[in-house]
Amino acid sequence: MSQKTILLDHGSGGLASQELIGNLFLKYLDNPILRGLEDSAVLENQPGKLAFSTDSYVVDPIFFPGGDIGKLAVHGTINDLAMRGAKPLCLSLGLILEEGMDLVDLEKIIQSIAQSCNESGVPIVTGDTKVVPKGKGDKIFINTSGIGFVADGIDISSLNAKAGDNIILSGTMGDHGITIMTRRAGISMDGKLESDTMALHTMVAKLLDQLPEGIHTMRDPTRGGVATSLNEIAANSKLSIELKEEDLPVTPEVRAACEILGLEPLYLANEGKCLVVVQSDKTDQALAIMKGCKEGKDAQVIGKLVEGKAGRVVINTPIGGSRVVTPLHGEPLPRIC
Amino acid sequence: MKYVDEYRDSKLAKPLVAELQRSVTKPLRVMEVCGSHTMAIFRNGIRTVLPEGFELISGPGCPVCVTSAPHMDAFISMADKPGVRVAIFGDLFRVPGTSGSLAHASSRGAKVDIVYSPMDALELAIKNPEDLVVFLGVGFETTTPGIAATIMSAKIRNVKNFTVFSTHKVMPAPLEALLSDPQLKIDGLLCPGHVSSIIGAGAYQPLVDKYNLACVVAGFETTDLLNGLILLARQVGSGKIAVENTYPRAVTWEGNARAQKMVYEIFEPADMEWRGLGVIPKSGLKIRENYSDFDAEKRLDITLPEAEEAKGCRCGAILKGIDTPIACHLFDTRCTPANPIGPCMVSSEGTCAAYHKYGRS
Repeated sequence: MSQKTILLDHGSGGLASQELIGNLFLKYLDNPILRGLEDSAVLENQPGKLAFSTDSYVVDPIFFPGGDIGKLAVHGTINDLAMRGAKPLCLSLGLILEEGMDLVDLEKIIQSIAQSCNESGVPIVTGDTKVVPKGKGDKIFINTSGIGFVADGIDISSLNAKAGDNIILSGTMGDHGITIMTRRAGISMDGKLESDTMALHTMVAKLLDQLPEGIHTMRDPTRGGVATSLNEIAANSKLSIELKEEDLPVTPEVRAACEILGLEPLYLANEGKCLVVVQSDKTDQALAIMKGCKEGKDAQVIGKLVEGKAGRVVINTPIGGSRVVTPLHGEPLPRIC
Repeated sequence: MKYVDEYRDSKLAKPLVAELQRSVTKPLRVMEVCGSHTMAIFRNGIRTVLPEGFELISGPGCPVCVTSAPHMDAFISMADKPGVRVAIFGDLFRVPGTSGSLAHASSRGAKVDIVYSPMDALELAIKNPEDLVVFLGVGFETTTPGIAATIMSAKIRNVKNFTVFSTHKVMPAPLEALLSDPQLKIDGLLCPGHVSSIIGAGAYQPLVDKYNLACVVAGFETTDLLNGLILLARQVGSGKIAVENTYPRAVTWEGNARAQKMVYEIFEPADMEWRGLGVIPKSGLKIRENYSDFDAEKRLDITLPEAEEAKGCRCGAILKGIDTPIACHLFDTRCTPANPIGPCMVSSEGTCAAYHKYGRS
């Protein structure tokens, strides 16, 4: 392509748009359904119930350690489908580009989307691009929607959590959230802070294949973190949740950054983790399956559902005390001192 | 994490909980002065293991919470001025003034930048020469040395568009003011850790001499806090009242003389208005005449607006430790972290936010 930046023409629907689609999007995202460039994708009939989800991605910075906005947009929607027990089938890709965006950056993002789609086996089958005048957007915003199918007999919902169920977290907390915050703040730290963005549907499929009735609820604790997702599970199931502080997995790097900024890992976003509510007698099996997958190698039981005040989440502290964990209010802001 | 994990070790902390139970031989009422202590006490669940007869109340040590409504209003109207770019620590963003907050000003198009260090605000000024950058100076001795250093640096680097709006406050002046209130009955103070690293543990000796108040300086980790509470209970029980320092890895008797010198090179003591406490003589810091080029109040000719505290808000009494948030009928009804009415709810270190976040018990 001759231009080095995005022009308003690229969103006009005319020649420049076609050039962008042909030379960039199809170059990386090509598959038989998308290639037709029809007004909508027609999918073969699939057995089971349909799952449908959508999410928009506006992250700043668009490139960060461990990933970029494109990777996030693919994994995020795949995970939302997987959390209902669905096998993700395909995604749509909506791009809103700001006039003047560097085309090299766009190409990197499209490459990353292609790589994530290939690795996860979930193609982009339909898409759209718009360009907004400079200053009316922030480089690139992405929306992905996804369709998946839920096999017969699978029913995953936060309404299904039962007293006595255990809660497994698939790995460490806060890696994505703290990576983005420290990048924005220009804080560099020793050690490795990187986003945990990854697709979880393969691990989820293994869990559901082997324990179709043992898994009651799944949630990916993205914005609002583990604390907010647990509050939702407790509220929807009308139960209480008890956690043990020592069992909450956090990397030393994330913990150090949180200490400096006055943040709690429980409230930070994750992009490659899930909470799995499992029947107590199936807990060891579920944990073994998760630990056998790279997505769940650090999985750990962090707490359990108990009878008690509906919607209450309590952490038992190492000294034998306790505290209530509320959902997140507003953006987590760094503290004054 | 070194210097953290050792102090959170449950093998060390659990025996201290048992020791705390044994140490209380007489009922006592202790104020934790510092907002970070309030948060750490809740976070560790210490309130849920306090022995009977040990009452812990939260004091005026959250810098955001004690920022007065007129100051907040002045901050917001300054942010709305064309050509002004305001730089703040994150906590201040959602603090309500009489109407609206800096978050509202930002949504109207005001330039409000959240920074992690005052030095970042100086960099903002250098990067945006067309704007007058105003750093909103809110905080105690923990933050003032860094701000003094930034002003010095701005002078050396000849940056003309960097200023500070100083509402800085000092310890222990407000404690004196609190203790003279006959409504407030306390036996001891859990003295702040970070502030004391600058002012020194010796700063509390006058409170011991004048009010016979047990004073224990403590750090912020589990064993630090438990140790501090044990010593307070023992002092009150035995009647041997003194200043004790359980945070010697950060705090000395004299404090950090170099930091103090730097602060008083740039700032001088001034009367300061505290939310809920009113004007307390010599409890604040203003920028000295020599550095008036860096004084936002002078550069922008600011006069503080008249402002009333929100109706029904008990932040004043809560900051004095006379009421707990539960006594406020706005608490958790109209006043929540999502829609705060008083500053004690908005700051993550505020007493109301702590009660909301970590539960009432």
